[in-house]
Order: sequence, then C-alpha cells, then structure tokens
Amino acid sequence: MPNIIDVSDLSYRYQEAGSRVLDHVTLSVKQGEWLAIIGHNGSGKSTLAKCLNGLIQPEQGNVVVSGYNTKDESAIWKIRRRVGMVFQNPDNQFVGATVRDDVAFGMENHGVAREEMLQRLDEALKLVKMEAYADQEPHRLSGGQKQRVALAGIVALQPLIVILDEATSMLDPEGRRDVLETMKLLNKQRGLTVLSITHDLDEAVHADRLIVMNEGKVIRQGTPAEIFQHAELLEEIGLDLPFAVKMERLLRQRGLEMTERPLTQEGLVNALWTLRSTM
Amino acid sequence: MFNLVIGQYVPMESLVHRLDPRSKLISMFLFVIIVFLANNWLSYGLLILFCLASITASKLPFQFIYRGLRSVFFIVFLTFILNLFFTNGGLLLFSWGWLHIYLNGLIQSIFISFRILVIIVITTLLTLTTSPIEITDGLESLLHPLKRIKLPVHEFALMMSISLRFIPTLLEETEKIIKAQAARGSDFTTGSIKSRFKAVVPLLVPLFVSAFKRAEELAMAMEARGYHGDEGRTKLHRLVWNNRDTVLLLILAIMTIALILFRY
Ligand SMILES: Nc1ncnc2c1ncn2[C@@H]1O[C@H](COP(=O)(O)OP(=O)(O)OP(=O)(O)O)[C@@H](O)[C@H]1O
Ligand SMILES: [Mg+2]
Repeated sequence: MPNIIDVSDLSYRYQEAGSRVLDHVTLSVKQGEWLAIIGHNGSGKSTLAKCLNGLIQPEQGNVVVSGYNTKDESAIWKIRRRVGMVFQNPDNQFVGATVRDDVAFGMENHGVAREEMLQRLDEALKLVKMEAYADQEPHRLSGGQKQRVALAGIVALQPLIVILDEATSMLDPEGRRDVLETMKLLNKQRGLTVLSITHDLDEAVHADRLIVMNEGKVIRQGTPAEIFQHAELLEEIGLDLPFAVKMERLLRQRGLEMTERPLTQEGLVNALWTLRSTM
Repeated sequence: MFNLVIGQYVPMESLVHRLDPRSKLISMFLFVIIVFLANNWLSYGLLILFCLASITASKLPFQFIYRGLRSVFFIVFLTFILNLFFTNGGLLLFSWGWLHIYLNGLIQSIFISFRILVIIVITTLLTLTTSPIEITDGLESLLHPLKRIKLPVHEFALMMSISLRFIPTLLEETEKIIKAQAARGSDFTTGSIKSRFKAVVPLLVPLFVSAFKRAEELAMAMEARGYHGDEGRTKLHRLVWNNRDTVLLLILAIMTIALILFRY
C-alpha cells in the first residue's frame, strides 16, 4: 500500500524560546491502515495531529498528505478536505445550531452542491445512527451523541484519512464502543485510513500499527504485538499496559509460560483454556 | 433577556411559520416604522386589526403572545401614567392638587400604550414563528448588498448563530460554577450589594477563562473542517420567496398608504 501521509524530520515549538514539542519526527501512514498513536500527556500527539492537516506549520521538516505539502498554501483546503479530524471535547467542535446544520457545516465550507449535500447528510446521519435526532439542538444531546455527529460531519466530507484526537476519551464505554465500531466499519468497508490518538490501550491493541511518542519524539513503531513485547520500555516512559499483557506478565512471573503472548482479553482467555490441552 | 432570542420559537405548521424569514423581517421593520404614522382611532384600529389577523394566521395560542407581553406591561403602564399627567390641552377631566388630567392626555396615553403593545406583539410573533437559524439566514440575505461596502455581513451572521448555539452551553456552565463556588461557601443571595458583587467575581473569572478556551478550540475545529469565510461557500438552507411573501409585503404597502391617508 502506498503512503498517504509522509512526515519527514518534523520539528515544532509553540514559543520561540520554548523547548521542542515535536523533535525530528519522521513517520508515514499507509493508505487504509488503522494507526494508533500512544504517549503520555504532553508528549506532542495533538501537536503532531495539527501538523497533519496544516493547522500549524512545521518549524522544520515537511508534511506531505496525498502528494500535497502542508506548506503549500494553495493546497491547504484540498488537504483539509482529505484529512478529517475529530477532537476531544464534543462541545467545542459543534458549530451548527442543530445536528443537520452541524453535519452540513464542513460541506458548506467546501462548496458541496446543495442536492449532493442533502444526500450525503442523510447517509452520514444514518451511518452514525443519529437520523432520528436530525433537528435536535446540541444542548439536548449526550456527549457520545455529539461526538457521533462530529464524526458524521467528517464522514460526509468523504475524507481519505480521519484523525481521532482522543475523540472517545470523554465518552462512557458504550459511547466509545459506538464511535469505534463506526470507524472500524468505514476502515474495513471503504478503506478509510484511521489515525487514532488514544490513551485507551485496550483500543490501541486493535490497531494495525502502533506509534509510541515520548517528549516529542517517536520512540517506537510496530505492530501492537511487537510494541507490547517490550513492556519494560513502555513502563519506563510512564505508560500503562493493556490488561491482558499485564496479566500474562504476572502469570509468567509465577511460572506459567504461555506459547504466545495475548494482547486482548479474549486472546488471554483462549491462551489460558488451551494451556493444558495437549493435542 | 435570553428568552427574547432563544427558547421562544414554537415550531408549528401555519401560514406565518411558512413565510420566508426575509418577508417577515422586512414586514416587521416596516410595521415598526408605520406605527408612528398612526394618530387617530381609525389608524390604531387598523394596526390592531393587522395584529389580530397575524396572530390568528399563526395559529399560536394567545397565551404565548401574552407571555411575551407580560414582561413589558410595567413599561407600558409607566408611559401611560407619564403621558396621562404630563400632556396638557383639551377638556380638563380631573384635577387634584397639582395633578391635572386632560382629555388630550388620556387619548395620547392610550395611543402610546397601543403603539408599544402592537410593536411588541409583532416582534414577539416574529420570534415565536421563526427559528433563530431562519432569522440569521434571513438577515444575512437581506444585508447581503452591504457586502459591497466591505461590511462583514456573513461573519456577523455566523457570529450570531454561534452565539445563539453557545448560550445554553454557557448557561449550563455558569450553573455548574455557581454550584461549585456555593459548595465552597460563597453566597450570592444575601448580604450587601458590595459583598454580592464580590461574590460574582470568582464566578465570572472561570467563566471567561473557559469561554476563551472554548472559542480557541472551536476556531480550530472550524478551520479543520475547511472554514475560510464565505468565498465559494454553499448553503444548506435555501430561502424560498413565494407568492404569499409578496402578498404580505403588498398588505403592508397598502397599510402604509392607508395610514398616511387616515392622518389627514
Ligand atoms: N497552544 C499551545 N501553546 C503553547 N504550548 C502548547 C500549546 N499546546 C500545547 N502546548 C504544549 O506542547 C506540549 C505538547 O502538547 P500536546 O497537546 O501536543 O500533547 P499531547 O500529547 O496531545 O497531550 P495529551 O495527551 O494531554 O493530549 C505540552 O507540553 C503543552 O504544554
Ligand atoms: Mg492531546
């Protein structure tokens, strides 16, 4: 698969005199993959996300999104149309007076013709199961519902990439599952590339690939299995481990060796009940 | 104050609801102006007739209109009293010490009260039958020509609709902060004005800080979704001018002529 985003040697700082928030970051995102970025608070994940659709400009290095450099001012709207972004706080990204207005906002900005807009609007609302709320005002919606509306607004723009910047962190488990299920569907069925910034490691283990950030640097990239093999490194930089990984480690310390290292709860259960079965 | 703009709209199916917001806005402004042409019973009768007809056509229960009027009764009453006592001329109806009530004063104060009442009724009717989005869309479209002299009409309309959208959010937040401060022993309801004022400061500061933070995040989210002014922008809402809108304006034009004729 070709790369859809190429970040090379990217550095950024907010204040002239301040320290680097992004420090020579180089990474790429493949088309159609689900990439998760983890790292503790202040490690520069959100800053990286803002570089990817040109909300902020690199101090050094380049960001290229499907062939367009974010430094190219004439391409910035093309880039933003290709890269959709859902932010953490559901309230502070709801622009419209009603659900319909909010979903339409992005399409209005990009000059989508009205007929097409109406069609995409219905589709997007159906996809996130919010069609019954089309005329609701935002203060009558729950956080999870608002976040789904935000997602619909992005999906309606038919982007190539969706960045979720802790988009589910303010939601309850059910709201979180709803949003992630929708994203997985789009990822599988329409080949949408998903870049998910998250603190939820049990979500991160389902990613195709994982990037670990620390103090503005990418310190590890790989499949979840590869990353969580080195549990010590993650703990060193102050990250928690997924439940199954922790459990497996504790069991191993007690002398219970499993043939493989499970990442999910389900995998752990399977590994445990097949442990003593000799076939 | 908030009630004037939001939470007023009563979604219903009626002729007045279906009118284009632009024709309603123009009519309202025109109406407010021509009210000042009225100076006799006949012309006031016409204005009141128009109000009653509009209310009937809106199918709104009268109590909704009454609710809007309730808050201004005091002002109407005050102007009534002032005009009653301070307008001279005509037959002396009543006199007690330095208080004199003349016939002209009585008529004048009745007229002025009617004037205020019909204006309030018509503006209330507008906000009851037109959603805030429709009003902003209508205003934006009506003020569109002003763009040529570089007035930020679109930005103004967007500002207005975002403010309306955030009023409930900020009210909710204010409530939360009040509770949080009250839990720490702050008291807004008793004590001298000065101490009450002092108690409000720790309420306003966090409210402003959070409002600014929201504004910053919202601006970023808007940019991420491709907002860049109204250049090349399409609109979800389309305003449709129908025959009924033209008829409404015709009615107002006829009323204007009638009021001018009635004057002499
Ligand atoms: N607008 C800003 N102005 C100045 N400094 C900022 C700004 N935004 C972030 N920073 C600083 O940049 C650093 C990285 O912040 P960033 O938001 O990218 O971290 P993050 O990895 O997203 O953290 P979190 O997990 O808390 O969201 C932090 O030290 C933060 O204080
Ligand atoms: Mg962040």
